[in-house]
Amino acid sequence: MREEMSRDDRVFVMGEDIGARGGVFLATDGFYEHFGEERVIDTPLAESSIAGIALGAAMNGLRPIAEIEFADFIYPTFNQIIGEAARVRYGSKGSLSVPMVIRAPYGGGVRGGLYHSQSVETFFAHTPGLKVVAPATPYDAKGLLKSSIRDEDPVIFLEHKRTYRLVQGEVPDHEYLVTLGKADVKMEGDDVTVFTYGLMLHHCLEAARQVAREGISVEIVDLRSIRPLDNETILSSAKKTGKVLIVHEDTKALGVGAEVSAIISEQAFEHLDSPIKRVTGPEVPAMPFSPSLEDVFMPDSDRIVTAIQELAVY
Amino acid sequence: MGDARLSLPVRKAAITHISSDLATQISMTERFASDVIDGQRLLDLYRRMVLSRTVDERVWMLNRQGKAAIVASAQGHEAAQMGSAAALRAGDDHFYIYYRDLAVLVGLGMTAKQIMLGFQAKAGEPMSGARQFPLHGGYPQLKIVNLSNVVGTQIPQAVGSALACKMRGQNSVTICYFGDGAASVGDCHEGMNFAAIHKLPIIFFCENNKYAISVPLSKQMAVDTIASRAEGYGMKGVVVDGTDVTPVYQATAEAAALARAGGGPTLIEAVVERYLPHTSDDDDSRYRDKDELEEARKHDPLILLKERLMDGGILTEQIYEEYLREAKREVDEATDYVEALPYPDPNDFFEHVYAYQEGESSL
Repeated sequence: MREEMSRDDRVFVMGEDIGARGGVFLATDGFYEHFGEERVIDTPLAESSIAGIALGAAMNGLRPIAEIEFADFIYPTFNQIIGEAARVRYGSKGSLSVPMVIRAPYGGGVRGGLYHSQSVETFFAHTPGLKVVAPATPYDAKGLLKSSIRDEDPVIFLEHKRTYRLVQGEVPDHEYLVTLGKADVKMEGDDVTVFTYGLMLHHCLEAARQVAREGISVEIVDLRSIRPLDNETILSSAKKTGKVLIVHEDTKALGVGAEVSAIISEQAFEHLDSPIKRVTGPEVPAMPFSPSLEDVFMPDSDRIVTAIQELAVY
Repeated sequence: MGDARLSLPVRKAAITHISSDLATQISMTERFASDVIDGQRLLDLYRRMVLSRTVDERVWMLNRQGKAAIVASAQGHEAAQMGSAAALRAGDDHFYIYYRDLAVLVGLGMTAKQIMLGFQAKAGEPMSGARQFPLHGGYPQLKIVNLSNVVGTQIPQAVGSALACKMRGQNSVTICYFGDGAASVGDCHEGMNFAAIHKLPIIFFCENNKYAISVPLSKQMAVDTIASRAEGYGMKGVVVDGTDVTPVYQATAEAAALARAGGGPTLIEAVVERYLPHTSDDDDSRYRDKDELEEARKHDPLILLKERLMDGGILTEQIYEEYLREAKREVDEATDYVEALPYPDPNDFFEHVYAYQEGESSL
């Protein structure tokens, strides 16, 4: 963000506590001092207008990055994002556009309870006109964020809260971009393909290392972009192994896994050697608070290992 | 007539300023009225109001003939819409309008043809390619945005537009139109609050026709005026007689000057009449009294301005007849022209979902 704000003076950030506080997760630490309060706008606690004002500024030549403090607080913005931002280009027949990024820390496993743990990607990914991105590694986060800021359409940029501290990785200082809509094969393998994104990538990698000791070769595809999905990579990996597991923290019904599964069923059915499996969050409205309850919700490497083993012997 | 100035009487208390500094309402004097808008300009506004009314009546008729799917009439709102638009810089200032703002578009110079393309959803419609309801979409040549049917949604967006103007160092003002119904929406509060905090160059222009579809003001708010809320945000609030083009023009010009000088937003409440049901799908006989409507008709902004211009010797019966004839000719021509056109080509149905096709790099 800092690089993009230095590169392009149309880029600015707005949101709750992003100024002197530097953001509740310190994403904008030092921005206030460096860029000033004109381009680092501390907003009132009013999410709908954060999205709506960013949208209006984007239609008038700026490139806002709006932060929603927790993805759980994004629901008041639904109308501005789904009802408005997604439709601006289509509803003006191309005369207006919304080069806007909405950043939102999401996801659980952080003792966040019902209102600081949720995954919201599916609500937005269902909507044509939006792009939805969920990086899992620091390298991808930088490259995808830069691409999102430079994109001409509204991007929902979801950062898993647990990855902020849990995951470490190399981030080159130099300029690079990661293209939106491209999945990444994070581990190559032959027996089973696992499609995943966000925090779950790391649980999947752990599970793959475990089953490797049993001689099961796993290919792990990090979707990175939820919309658009990279159908090409999804289909080629599914065809390669013929066995597919989809892992996400979000709940199962009508989720990302359902769409990935449908794409494979429609276009690579004859290449499958087993039914497609999903490991996902359970069908309760939100993630509960107490550790014993939270653990029931969060998919972990043990559940992923079991699912891979079942597929391998199918 | 030249640029002859016109001394026109302004009705007492046509403008009420509600200052954020003062708890009491201060009635303005009449002295500004003849200073701000000259006779020739008023005459031009009157001509445009006649055109707007003629288009309005025609599309309502076309709806009854099954040729226009939906109409939200501006009849009764014309002075408010026309007077405010005239006080701003077309092509330079930003106009966030809503569905009832036909006369804003006519005031800014859009033609009957352009407008009627929308009502009949025909190919070549300039704002959305007839993907949207009439008057909706964008018209960048005149910086007009009207996206939503979700009432009040445009208010934070207009604030964002004003924020961009300020950040980009532009001297443009954004005007955000909405009805009394939208004043109840949460986005209205959030947008006004932000605009006041940052002293943004925006005019909140509320066309208060006293009904949110069927719900009367008494069931929408417990205060007397919408403009009185301005004080709570720390901005200037003004109530104007929205059936009278002069005070509307004056209030808007003052608000624009304040905004351009960095003085922040103004909330203008233009009290108007809605002569027809909410839309062509509504039946106002279920909730509106006939006598009330008849009384409202006595304040028709077109009649008011016509009488004023005639009293001032600016408008003659002959010019009046000519305006009517010219408006009818333009609207007849537009009706025939639009009628003969096809609906939009479905081949471009998928265009403009994204700037680039899915999967294609946008970088």
